[in-house]
Amino acid sequence: MARAVTTRRKALLTVIGWTVGFLVFFPILWTVLTSFKTEGEAIANPPSFLAFDWTTENYTEVQHRSDYFLHMMNSVVISFGSTALGLLFAVPAAWAMAFAPGKRTKDILMWMLSTKMMPAVGVLVPLYILFRDSGLLDTRVGLVGVLTLIDLPLIVWMLYTYFREIPGEILEAARMDGASLGKEIVFVLAPMAVPGIASTTLLNIILSWNEAFWTLNLTTSNAAPLTAFIASYSSPEGLFWAKLSAASTLAIAPILVLGWFSQRQLVRGLTFGAVK
Amino acid sequence: MNLKTLCLGVSAFVSLALSAHAETLTIATVNNGDMVRMQRLTDDFKAKHPDIDVKWVTLEENALRQKVTTDIAAKGGQYDVLTIGTYEVPIWAKKGWLVALDHLGADYDVNDILPPIRNGLTQDGKLYAAPFYGESSMVMYRKDLMQKAGLTMPDAPSWDFVADAARKMTDKANGVYGICLRGKAGWGENMAFLSAMANSFGARWFDEKWRAQFDQPEWKKALGFYVGLMKDAGPPGASSNGFNENLALFQSGKCGMWIDATVAASFVSNPKESKVADSVGFALAPDNGLGKRSNWLWAWSLAIPAGSTKTAAAETFIAWATGKPYLDLVAAKEGWANVPPGTRTSLYANPEYAKLPFAKMTLDSINAADPLHPAVKPVPYVGVQFVAIPEFQGIGTAVGQQFSAALAGKTSVDDALANAQKLTEREMVKAGYHK
Repeated sequence: MARAVTTRRKALLTVIGWTVGFLVFFPILWTVLTSFKTEGEAIANPPSFLAFDWTTENYTEVQHRSDYFLHMMNSVVISFGSTALGLLFAVPAAWAMAFAPGKRTKDILMWMLSTKMMPAVGVLVPLYILFRDSGLLDTRVGLVGVLTLIDLPLIVWMLYTYFREIPGEILEAARMDGASLGKEIVFVLAPMAVPGIASTTLLNIILSWNEAFWTLNLTTSNAAPLTAFIASYSSPEGLFWAKLSAASTLAIAPILVLGWFSQRQLVRGLTFGAVK
Repeated sequence: MNLKTLCLGVSAFVSLALSAHAETLTIATVNNGDMVRMQRLTDDFKAKHPDIDVKWVTLEENALRQKVTTDIAAKGGQYDVLTIGTYEVPIWAKKGWLVALDHLGADYDVNDILPPIRNGLTQDGKLYAAPFYGESSMVMYRKDLMQKAGLTMPDAPSWDFVADAARKMTDKANGVYGICLRGKAGWGENMAFLSAMANSFGARWFDEKWRAQFDQPEWKKALGFYVGLMKDAGPPGASSNGFNENLALFQSGKCGMWIDATVAASFVSNPKESKVADSVGFALAPDNGLGKRSNWLWAWSLAIPAGSTKTAAAETFIAWATGKPYLDLVAAKEGWANVPPGTRTSLYANPEYAKLPFAKMTLDSINAADPLHPAVKPVPYVGVQFVAIPEFQGIGTAVGQQFSAALAGKTSVDDALANAQKLTEREMVKAGYHK
């Protein structure tokens, strides 16, 4: 009897799990389906789910009108570059805060987080002028720099949380065995924090990939990433949903593939330390 | 080395040298059908001007406005040619943000540009932007449904006729609504339509002393009429409908009438896109017998920002994109129906273009709009469906939210007008127009 209840409960949980999963995935599925419709079918009411004339003309037009690969390469350079640069600063900073905290460590962490609370548009004009004067407008270097700075508080916070879960005694033992600071970080801390670093890296790549405010405002054509590519398909006068969906599908495809292959690391990292 | 090899070498060197010296223009534009067509036809420009290359930055209208404003204000110099609307041109020209277009060439024929459009782009006698396409608004209606209702649409209908026809054409059981009008909040969305409609009811945004006029009976009549009509004969969820939503409804046969931009005429009469293409008729925007019709005036135009260092090349491009030969080029490649409308008198004198069912009505609608005298009573501002002051974007959108809420039934017409009056007065006092 008890076994039957457990099985029924399991089945119920499975159904709930699949339903929630489907609901979360539905907007992406709908975008993909819309990308294969004509503009008329894309806005038809009631909408058709699968029974429509499938067409790839939206993809053909998007390819014809835009340089997808230029935008994608810009996205890759900007998101991977800013993540790598961010980790370079954040790992030592998080190590210092986790294993050698000072009197003001908590205050510094809170201050770092508070910089995320300011609306981005508040610093748009000063930053724009700085970029103009240093010739960084519409350059990948400029965007890598600005996205590194914007995401740094989040990376430091995430890494700090993971590092705090690692027992300080292990690092102490390494030190007693004569390990230098560099060796301690590279050979002792890093291997233990791999899930945390991996999930931080992935999350930051996704955030940078999707960042739309700065990437739209500080670029024109040369360094414009996929966010600018998508934005170019919205129209005030004329139907655009099918073409916009095709552009969106192309824009999210690389990051979906990356997320699919690294989902184990991502989940492991995000739940790291959640249950003691 | 034979002669052929030598010739090939020399021509390769020349083309390399030319491309090395080619100036690249960065052109910011919106994703409208006519603009996309222009991008497709850029090869013609490059063939005529091999020393000038072009790069396109296409964005959503509001994103473009924000980016371009930031760049101009910060003198970033990122753009050489901008696509801007009739609202921005007088404001930006006055601020010194735009370069006057004095060198469009001897054969450009500025006087051929339709006078209402040209006036809107001229400041102190100088043209600051060249119109790429112009538009007004008009009634697009279903001839079959009108006939079924036992009515005949006049060329210049009154609001009473339109309201009566809308109610008679409505068949909610079959998903057919008599009239589709904009309801989505925004200065360029519902307020474009409602400001133009209010003009025909004798209302105005401001009196001669810049005092808001939403507490006057004309506005109450206009907004009350609009909300009542939409309640009886409008589609459900109309408060979130803008141009595209209504276009979709009309094309799928769910609207009896639609009053919106004249540029929509080519969409709704295109059988590839529209289920009702063969039964669409056109009429002037309605009036109330007060001497003003409810049609607006707008033009997407090309201008050069003051920060550009390539003004000569930019002006060459603008002359190409907005000149008469471009219209012939589009007609030859994509047909007369796809020629950018509403900019040149000569286009409407062309017998081939005049054959299009919407050509005459578009021209008449544009000519019926007067941005210098938009309302029945005198006003201190320029603009038919907008007020050409920098504060209008914010005020217009805030007022639009109030009116959209009234349409959705979240607030009453009286409360919406009272709130609009209060917030507009507050902003005008803050901006120093009066105490």
